[in-house]
Amino acid sequence: MSELIPYIDRERPDTGLTNAKLGIWLFIASEIMLFGAFFSSYIFLRVGAPDWKTFAYGLTDPAAIHAPAAHDDHTDHATENASTADTPAKALATPTHISSPLHASIPMATINTIVLITSSITMVMAWASLVLKQLGRFRLYMSATILLGLLFLCIKYTEYSAKLAHGLTPGMSPLMGMYWVMTGLHVVHVIGGLVVNLYLLIPGSRMWKTNPEQFTGRIEVAGLYWHFVDLVWIFLFPTLYLL
Amino acid sequence: MSDHDSHKLSFVQRYIFSQDHKVIGIQYAITALCFMFLGLVLMMLMRWQLAYPGADDPSIPIFGKLLKNALPGGKLTPELYNSLGAMHGTIMVFLGVVPLAVGAFGNYLVPLQVGAGDMAFPKLNMSSYWAFFIGGVVMLSSFLMPGGAANSGWTSYPPMADIAQGGLSAQFSTRLLSGQSFWLIGMVFLISSSLLGSINTIVTIIQLRVKGLTFMRLPFMVWAQLVTAFLLLLAFPPLEAAGLMQLADRLVGSNFFLPAGLVVTGEAVGRVGGGSPLLWQHLFWFLAHPEVYVLILPAMGIVAEIIANNTRKPLRGYKSMVYSILFLGFMSFIVWAHHMFLTDMGTVISAFFQTTTMIISIPSVVVITAMVLSLWGGSIRFTTPMLFALAFLPMFGIGGLTGLPLGLAATDVHLHDTYYVIGHFHYVVAPGTILALFGGIYYWFPKATGRKMSDVLGRIHFWPTLICLNVIFFPMFIQGMAGVSRRLFDGGATYTHAQPVMWTNKVMMMGAWTLALVQIPFIFNFFWSIRHGRKVGPNPWEATTLEWAAPSPPIPHGNFETPPVVYRDAYAYSQPGCAKDYLPQNEPEVG
Repeated sequence: MSELIPYIDRERPDTGLTNAKLGIWLFIASEIMLFGAFFSSYIFLRVGAPDWKTFAYGLTDPAAIHAPAAHDDHTDHATENASTADTPAKALATPTHISSPLHASIPMATINTIVLITSSITMVMAWASLVLKQLGRFRLYMSATILLGLLFLCIKYTEYSAKLAHGLTPGMSPLMGMYWVMTGLHVVHVIGGLVVNLYLLIPGSRMWKTNPEQFTGRIEVAGLYWHFVDLVWIFLFPTLYLL
Repeated sequence: MSDHDSHKLSFVQRYIFSQDHKVIGIQYAITALCFMFLGLVLMMLMRWQLAYPGADDPSIPIFGKLLKNALPGGKLTPELYNSLGAMHGTIMVFLGVVPLAVGAFGNYLVPLQVGAGDMAFPKLNMSSYWAFFIGGVVMLSSFLMPGGAANSGWTSYPPMADIAQGGLSAQFSTRLLSGQSFWLIGMVFLISSSLLGSINTIVTIIQLRVKGLTFMRLPFMVWAQLVTAFLLLLAFPPLEAAGLMQLADRLVGSNFFLPAGLVVTGEAVGRVGGGSPLLWQHLFWFLAHPEVYVLILPAMGIVAEIIANNTRKPLRGYKSMVYSILFLGFMSFIVWAHHMFLTDMGTVISAFFQTTTMIISIPSVVVITAMVLSLWGGSIRFTTPMLFALAFLPMFGIGGLTGLPLGLAATDVHLHDTYYVIGHFHYVVAPGTILALFGGIYYWFPKATGRKMSDVLGRIHFWPTLICLNVIFFPMFIQGMAGVSRRLFDGGATYTHAQPVMWTNKVMMMGAWTLALVQIPFIFNFFWSIRHGRKVGPNPWEATTLEWAAPSPPIPHGNFETPPVVYRDAYAYSQPGCAKDYLPQNEPEVG
């Protein structure tokens, strides 16, 4: 009796892929469509907004819908904006320049970018250790990946708390709505990746004794997913914080 | 796992949380058939309302008494009518036809037809079924919510869907415990289920083909399932994104789909706004147009298998059919905005989308023409599955041809949102896909059970079903061209221009109720034949594809006694110099 499902731990000769590797690439393709839909929505709403102020801070006065749009986003509209300082968000705008309500978070987001990229590197090192048959080093690098992922979440939590404390809720403006759903979905993906990595670090690594090829393959697949989550952040960071 | 293990599995592992693709396929089939019957019942209630809109008209028989609380005086309320409309569409598309065509037929047949022992990821396969099941339960439980099930149409267009059923309420629990929020949560489960399932199907087809089974030797059904899986994989995520955004609008007060300064019944909504209802339409139709091909491609696959088998000759133009559906799959991603000609997106965009829409009709015509040409010169056996397959061809033809005036922006201005649209897509999906699915059930039933369904009952099921479907859907073209809107609670009774065609409402009602009645022979046949049908061997139709090389039913967890090896094309019927008129793919060359 031959095996029930072939190509779990070795590549199919004519496709050069294991089942799991093809599966994860297809999964990533669908994830690209998912995040792609959010990025497209961001563009759609931003292009459709009358001006940057409306997009970033929302329109509190319905009568202003038909008011002529600003010719230049960076001219001095902040003073009239600040006059209705009943929403706390307005306090963040500097008097001479309408900046993004997310600019205050740039330092934290930059640190998070570095944290996530580092975790991608340690993830590759974890996989490379297994290719070199060094389980101890794999454990080290995998633990580092997980800790860096947790650090990312901690920093994100601080950032979210600050946002809520300043009244920067999803309902404030289209930009803040996009910020919350896009980063929120990304956080869900980070948590998912952490759960998988934690499983592979502790109970899952028993497979190393019985089937090292398949285990190495699993780490590679988990790594592909982790890099994808990292890559999404690399697109989210400039789109949401820097623009 | 060897197949010896399967004897040790408990009842729960074997039949409920099974990882065997065949059991999962049957689970999908039975769940989906139940949902389809529920969808039909909802429609019977609505059709009765449209036929008898007046307060003095007869109340709904049977259900009026059974559901006294929901149907005051045995009549539908306008709110319930809206809920039933939205839920009929949702149930039929996402809980009925797609799970049956993709979940059931795809799961059951793809591994068998590629000669594999199971799907590539059996645990994932089980999770997809249960995600689908939870999605279905969430959808059904929405009927019990205050305000009833979702009532903003199966398309859930905002801003209406954003604010309907307490979407603007100050209470979080009111916003959450509402039909529309449950609809969105249910959709997230259904979409995730489809995504996992499509990954499984694609990996199975690409990785688990047995020795000798090259791509151009795959049965057409496998090709159809492959393209379908790619459509699900790439088109569903944008709707998942849209669903999450609408859920955020309802639950956490974001404004993705709420325009600024929105006024509802004379009162300002009191939200910042800045969102765009058009954004939802783009994201929704980016899924929902490929979804049309998700509904039709598996049906084409089934019909191709049945036609090749029952004409006893190879499919004419197999390769052109394969290339056509690949092209069709690609094109289906760039036609979505033909659902939106009447929005303010602009004439240039309309011109683009009507051009792509005209182009996409070509591959469908190629496939249907190839199937019609395959009949030419065949020695046709009029078996029960063949009757359904033959009926599919003209029914799908009517559905496809009536789509052309809708795809052209100028004619769509008149026809948009009338019953003509309903007639068009129902001809594609109901007399088209559903007839093909019935044919598929009759065709592969012997494989799943080792017994054949009764032919007499099959014919008693087929002819009235075909007639009823036409009686229901053809008058919709007449009503639509007369300008009757699809969304009227009274069926047009209060509109002057609708008066000449009002009589068709009663005709359609009778068609719908009779249709439910003539499903009884099918239901009886289905369950009776499991135990009492005529016993048959592994290959009762003398077919060539690999599923018929496995025992009937195939071995649990493994399918084949020994992995088959493929020597030839999928449809080697009536080959010259052969003693019998079919040569199975796995039989070595003779002589």
